[in-house]
Amino acid sequence: MAFIPHTEADVAAMLAAIGVSRIEDLFDEIPPELRARSLSGVPAALNEMEIGRLMSERARADGIALSFLGAGAYEHHIPAAVWAITTRGEFYSAYTPYQAEASQGTLQLIYEFQTMIAGLTGMEVANASMYDGASATAESALMAVRLNRKSKSARILVPMTLHPHYRRVAVATTYNQGLKFEELPYDTHEGVVAAAALAPYDAEDITALIIPQPNFFGCLEDVDALTDWAHARGILVIAVVNPTALALLKPPGEWGARGADIAVGEGQPLGVPLSSGGPYFGFMTTRMEHVRQMPGRIVGRTLDAAGKQGFTLTLQAREQHIRRAKATSNICTNQGLAVTAATIYLSLLGPQGLTRTAAAAHARTRELTAALTRVAGVRLAFPGPCFHEAVLQLDRPVAPILRALASHGILGGLDLGAYHPELGNALLVCATETKTSADIDRYRSALSETLQSVRAA
Amino acid sequence: MSNLPADLKYTKSHEWVRTLPDSTVEIGITDHAQHELGDLVFVEVPDAGRVVKADEPCAVVESVKAASDVYAPIAGEITAGNPKLAAEPEIVNADPYGEGWLMRLKPAPGALTAAALLSAAQYQQVLDAEAH
Repeated sequence: MAFIPHTEADVAAMLAAIGVSRIEDLFDEIPPELRARSLSGVPAALNEMEIGRLMSERARADGIALSFLGAGAYEHHIPAAVWAITTRGEFYSAYTPYQAEASQGTLQLIYEFQTMIAGLTGMEVANASMYDGASATAESALMAVRLNRKSKSARILVPMTLHPHYRRVAVATTYNQGLKFEELPYDTHEGVVAAAALAPYDAEDITALIIPQPNFFGCLEDVDALTDWAHARGILVIAVVNPTALALLKPPGEWGARGADIAVGEGQPLGVPLSSGGPYFGFMTTRMEHVRQMPGRIVGRTLDAAGKQGFTLTLQAREQHIRRAKATSNICTNQGLAVTAATIYLSLLGPQGLTRTAAAAHARTRELTAALTRVAGVRLAFPGPCFHEAVLQLDRPVAPILRALASHGILGGLDLGAYHPELGNALLVCATETKTSADIDRYRSALSETLQSVRAA
Repeated sequence: MSNLPADLKYTKSHEWVRTLPDSTVEIGITDHAQHELGDLVFVEVPDAGRVVKADEPCAVVESVKAASDVYAPIAGEITAGNPKLAAEPEIVNADPYGEGWLMRLKPAPGALTAAALLSAAQYQQVLDAEAH
């Protein structure tokens, strides 16, 4: 199907009808200095064979590294059926289906996705997805400001243990909307928000508290205490969670006495491969009482005129095509294809499969940290429980070590120097179920060898 | 012909205003407005204590087919939002001039006389003009 339906004859007829000779003339009123010129830095076009060859050469140059890198995007085993089904023509559209009469299959899939995400998070309602975890977090802050009408401050408490990119996206997204993000310090020996960090805000007007679980360091926050502290002060709780971890950890809907008010996260671990930062997808959930302030699309189940079950977009009065400037968000679309993969991934694994995946990732990370901390000059930064990531501290700068490991075909983790200089020579490592004991041993011996050679140098 | 009680004042944007004995005012949407919107599924009313300007959007009525702002006909301070409507928005359809009131407001000094409110007959003319 052609997506540009006008033939040259159609275009000529339309131009003739309005008395214009060329499409270019329609833009005459834009001054020349404001017009975009052609892109001088773009090389000449390549044909399919040439571009295919160029791309395979570049992919070969990247190589296939053994990756212990996490920090927000995670390598998990994706059953082959997930993308074989996702890329079937019936599903293969990036676009949200508006027409219920033509899109029942896709709408039902999104409905099932929402049900799965609501079940995983222990929340009452989920939307059809957001762009990614960071944008979902930014939207959740805006949503909290709309919801918490008792708070006039639009101040959001953000722990320094939230992913640094999420913090930056939240600030950038809401910069012109008067939100104020206040950074909560963490205990540099424990890697989690300390109760004492909350004390200065005991009697302040705060709109919402963001709680990451697990946090950026892989550590587990005391979510019950943080949630109850916030609720006792009329502060809304926004949970930022890893969906795989939810198979093992208490879901945000059960945090503290009353549960989180909004729960969001990055959906990539659920069947979406690592891919230069995306496309991934975010998920967003809340309590039913807050649903009208939730942004994004929602698919609902209903009965048609003949009394048969059907699916359709619902609660659209929140959205911009109805509410214009007063919509809950200007994001009124979703990540349909990635969500399709996630729904199939979750269907194939089932609750037990996801629990086994999460438990295996946790066990591999413990095995990894145990192995690496046997190397002289390497210690574990935080002693408390973690999920599938941990911070190591080295006795010398991290960057040269990572470069040396890369020459062994190993991505050794994320150098935290740029994000958390207060932690010294800190390295964030991750192992999921995809790593074997042999992989971990390979990392350990490469690290040991590298530290010895660098020391010798 | 809409149901337009003669003792109320009206606005072009389809709100009604009733002056209460304590000289505060009660505000709702007209029978015509609820009929045009259809079955209401959600009503958001302002909290007591909020200070509003004339013509400021201060409530939302949402039906199965549209969502619409309700504007403050008069500047003043909100003294109450109708607490029943969160659970039972359909009251606005059933009894728009009575139990279906949206908010009560204490007019700012002089605001009541300054407001350009319509009589029932004048509002009827607005409706007649819209119908044509």
